[in-house]
Amino acid sequence: MMATFFQQLVNGLSIGSVYALIALGYTMVYGVLRLINFAHSEVFMMGAFSGYYSALMLGFDPAHPAEFGLLRAALVLAVSMIACALLGLLIERLAYRPLRSARRLTPLITAIGVSILLQNLGILFFGANPRPFPMIVPETRYEVGGVVLTNIKLLIFAVSAVLMVVLHWLVQKTWTGKAMRAVSVNLSAAKLMGINANKVIAFTFVVGSALAATGGILFGLDQAKIEPLMGVLVGLKAFVAAVLGGIGNTMGAAAGGLLIGVAEQMTAGYLSADYRDAITFAILIGVLLVRPEGLFGSSKIEKV
Amino acid sequence: MLMWLKRGAMAVVILGVFYGLGRALEDNVIEYVLRIVLFCGINSILAVGLNLINGTTGQFSIGHAGFMAVGAYTTAYTVMHLSEALFPGQAELALGQTALVFVPALVLGAVAAAFAGWVVGVPSLRLRGDYLAIVTLGFGEIIRLIYNNSSRFGGATGYSGGRPLGLPIYTNFFWVASVGLLVVVLIGNLTYSSYGRALEAIRDDEIAAEAAGIPTTKLKVLAFVVSAATAGIAGGLFAHLQSTIQPNDFKFDKSIDMVVMIIVGGLGSVSGAVLGAFFVGITLELTRDLSEYRLISYALLLILLMLFRPEGMLGTRELRIPFVNRSKIGPA
Repeated sequence: MMATFFQQLVNGLSIGSVYALIALGYTMVYGVLRLINFAHSEVFMMGAFSGYYSALMLGFDPAHPAEFGLLRAALVLAVSMIACALLGLLIERLAYRPLRSARRLTPLITAIGVSILLQNLGILFFGANPRPFPMIVPETRYEVGGVVLTNIKLLIFAVSAVLMVVLHWLVQKTWTGKAMRAVSVNLSAAKLMGINANKVIAFTFVVGSALAATGGILFGLDQAKIEPLMGVLVGLKAFVAAVLGGIGNTMGAAAGGLLIGVAEQMTAGYLSADYRDAITFAILIGVLLVRPEGLFGSSKIEKV
Repeated sequence: MLMWLKRGAMAVVILGVFYGLGRALEDNVIEYVLRIVLFCGINSILAVGLNLINGTTGQFSIGHAGFMAVGAYTTAYTVMHLSEALFPGQAELALGQTALVFVPALVLGAVAAAFAGWVVGVPSLRLRGDYLAIVTLGFGEIIRLIYNNSSRFGGATGYSGGRPLGLPIYTNFFWVASVGLLVVVLIGNLTYSSYGRALEAIRDDEIAAEAAGIPTTKLKVLAFVVSAATAGIAGGLFAHLQSTIQPNDFKFDKSIDMVVMIIVGGLGSVSGAVLGAFFVGITLELTRDLSEYRLISYALLLILLMLFRPEGMLGTRELRIPFVNRSKIGPA
């Protein structure tokens, strides 16, 4: 009984870490642009696929996954992060920056457009069928008191935790992070203080997209298969996680991701897998009705 | 009294024209083309309804597919049971009999969707902007998942009225045109009434509107409920254009499609919503031959349209709408 609980907890925390990594990208972009970046879930998908192709190019052999080596696995991650960072930059430059002064809903539509575009380019180039993800880190299973742990799940925790700490340091302790926070508080005032807002926004997209790429590769390792439409549901849940934690708040996004991951695995384990997706939204609605600013969001006083 | 007589006569004439036109189209136009027109008409009803809450009132909903689902399932369920009760054992119904079954079913679908809109709207409309959007999205998905898990409505395989023939195909040009005109006229007159002005005031500045004595919460809920009801009507028409309705017909993408229609047409414009619905419907059809490039070209078109015409096709301007008098309350 306890074993089931801990098993679901472990599963939930590992998928939750992936949600958290993606949620960070949503929340940071929302912070600086007040835009729900619908294309972010497709950046996540592209991250998984660039990991797939770079692993094959680096000579991954499905018959002997152990020979790939950790160094090359790290290289795959780096290539994918760079590819997605460039993709994020490109999306921002072409689809969002020209609309900086338009009404808020207009970039939302281009975001949806970019999302549909990337999904279908994915189907065109990668094919609609799921593919097995190369296990660039060979799986080892441990059993602790009836709970199955794998090195992959531990790796997911470790990588996500490290990246979140780095991001926290980046946002809170560096000059660029301070500029990002300034832009998210007040764009025009930040510009008046000599901050190059375009650069800061572009940097936000780079960081968010690189995190999504990591999420894509970790998701691929965890679920063992990837497909062009994988971003839709995962991205939606990650976005819900960002809202749940208080959108614009990086720590909140991380907590929201973990919470949703655990909640959906517990629902799948104890109630029914059919309601796994519904629970995400039920929690979201419940939380927002009680705390409209999200779990860790700060409420703004409305001024006339 | 005389005015009502005139209006009644006018309505009869219009219905007659629609009926004749429908028969003529069915005889002379390829079924495929007619089907596109019907889908565009249903999309227009959805878009005009969504525009009332998203465009006029400025409360962003991206969960209207859920209300469409409620309308579709309620209408289909009512049709199946009502036709069995009124005309047992009869496979084909004459026009009058169809009306006797279909009209109450559509009304019931609208009422059910309005009720769902009320249940969703009362708590959610306390939220603003993107938070409201994401909560409506959540409710929409929950509604879909409820149908997905209900055995009465066939679960994930969908509802086909419990018979191999599937749902009866009632929806034709006559029904779409009549119901569509009714919805456009009602919503158009609501938009350009004092209520509509109050809704616009809420959109432009909620605090100022409240200070001016506008009951903001009440009106927001009203607009949301009306909007949900129109989505329900569209759902009912949609259900009887196919032989089966499935929960997957009402996914989050459907809500996004509706949002795209109203923004492409021009947010806040009733005629713009209709134009946007036809634009999206026809574009998606014309590009069908491109097969795998279809959605790619659709997405590119969407992005380019927004980059070069961010206010949509009409902006907030309005084409002349029949039976909607915009001059009664002075210029905007």
